[in-house]
Amino acid sequence: MAHAQEHKSHTGLIWKVFIILSVITIVEVILGIIKPEVLHLTKVLGTSPLNIIFLVLTLVKAYYITWFFMHMADETKSLRRAVVWTAIFLIIYLATLLLIEGSYINDVLAPLVKWNY
Amino acid sequence: MAELKLKNQNKSYMEATVATETNGKTWSGGNNKPLGASYGKMMMWFFILSDALTFSGFLAAYGLMRFKFIESWPIADEVFTHFPFLHGVHAPMYYVALMTFILIFSSVTMVLAVDAGHQMKKGKVTFYMLLTIIGGLIFLGSQAWEWKNFIGGSYGAVQLNDGKIVQFVDASGHQVTLESFVTSEHSERVQNTRDKGLWFVEEAALPPFSVKEVIDGFNAHPELTIRTELINPETKTKTIIPRENAMSYLNETNIVVKGANLKVNEYGNTLFADFFFFITGFHGFHVLSGVIINIIIFFNVILGTYEKRKSYEMVEKVGLYWHFVDLVWVFVFTFFYLV
Repeated sequence: MAHAQEHKSHTGLIWKVFIILSVITIVEVILGIIKPEVLHLTKVLGTSPLNIIFLVLTLVKAYYITWFFMHMADETKSLRRAVVWTAIFLIIYLATLLLIEGSYINDVLAPLVKWNY
Repeated sequence: MAELKLKNQNKSYMEATVATETNGKTWSGGNNKPLGASYGKMMMWFFILSDALTFSGFLAAYGLMRFKFIESWPIADEVFTHFPFLHGVHAPMYYVALMTFILIFSSVTMVLAVDAGHQMKKGKVTFYMLLTIIGGLIFLGSQAWEWKNFIGGSYGAVQLNDGKIVQFVDASGHQVTLESFVTSEHSERVQNTRDKGLWFVEEAALPPFSVKEVIDGFNAHPELTIRTELINPETKTKTIIPRENAMSYLNETNIVVKGANLKVNEYGNTLFADFFFFITGFHGFHVLSGVIINIIIFFNVILGTYEKRKSYEMVEKVGLYWHFVDLVWVFVFTFFYLV
């Protein structure tokens, strides 16, 4: 048991993580308000580069919260893998299938929707 | 001889451990810790995993419906534009950014409480737990205000017979409120409530204007035109219909809509409102239960329960739940407001 280690204060690290999370959120909000046309109206990998930036920043935030606020970094490798990989695998699996199906329904449905009166 | 010695060592080891634990059983805090975590903490992790999958299911379902109606989905920037004390100012994103900061900050105070618990500093744990509870309550209040604005609506619109929403815009393409061009004719029609007619018959609140009043108002203001839900992929904005074609749309009007609920949504697709209420509501319920659990643990800290137990691990466990609530909000924020 790492008693000596546990009693050490980590406030420095906590405030550092808080600053990182705040900066990421501010960047997201600024991009979300300005929506630079070159990022918003172009297309990369089926969506706009702006959306990909948002997704990546979100995952970075999720990493910092899980690793340093929830102390996942201090858990054993086996617990970490059991929780993190299970979630990542199942979520990617579900999201991929549902989004592909959603696009397909749109391909079939959208031409049938009337927008002129 | 060597075997006996080993046995004795084991025995003294066990005794030393049992003295600090509740009892010697494997699953109730004994020395045998699977995955190096205590039973409670490990189970909290697996509960969080299952809850994360529940939220993913909801968000993925939202994604499915959004992809299904990708060409006409409401644009979040046009929906959430309110900020306290700034009436009529178009302020997209600011309020939800504030809410995100409140939740991140309450996460910071929670992790500071956990950190103080590791050092057995009761006073600090109490103080940081209190700040976390206050942060959680402020977040809940903010969410209630966000719901209030969404339910109340901002501009008003009309819904056509086939369910599509048509909004009113001025010459510059900005949305205008119904109040700015429609004059009420003060008809005799009032909402039927239980105290007016039959005690068991009532109806939903009436829209502020009748369909006829809206169309008369539209005809009286030649600078106005309409826009449909259809998104122009080139500019990612809603399509504006020229005024000369507008009447063929408005002749199809079924009802006047103000605000959003589970049946109709002035901002566009009703499913947007359904998912918004369901997912932010489910998240808000998690925040509420987190606040209640935090309050219970807060009083335990004050009473010295964990001081006697010589371990503040319980603070750590509720901290895990609280951070998870923050984690979910990070994703809700992305998928409802940013992407």
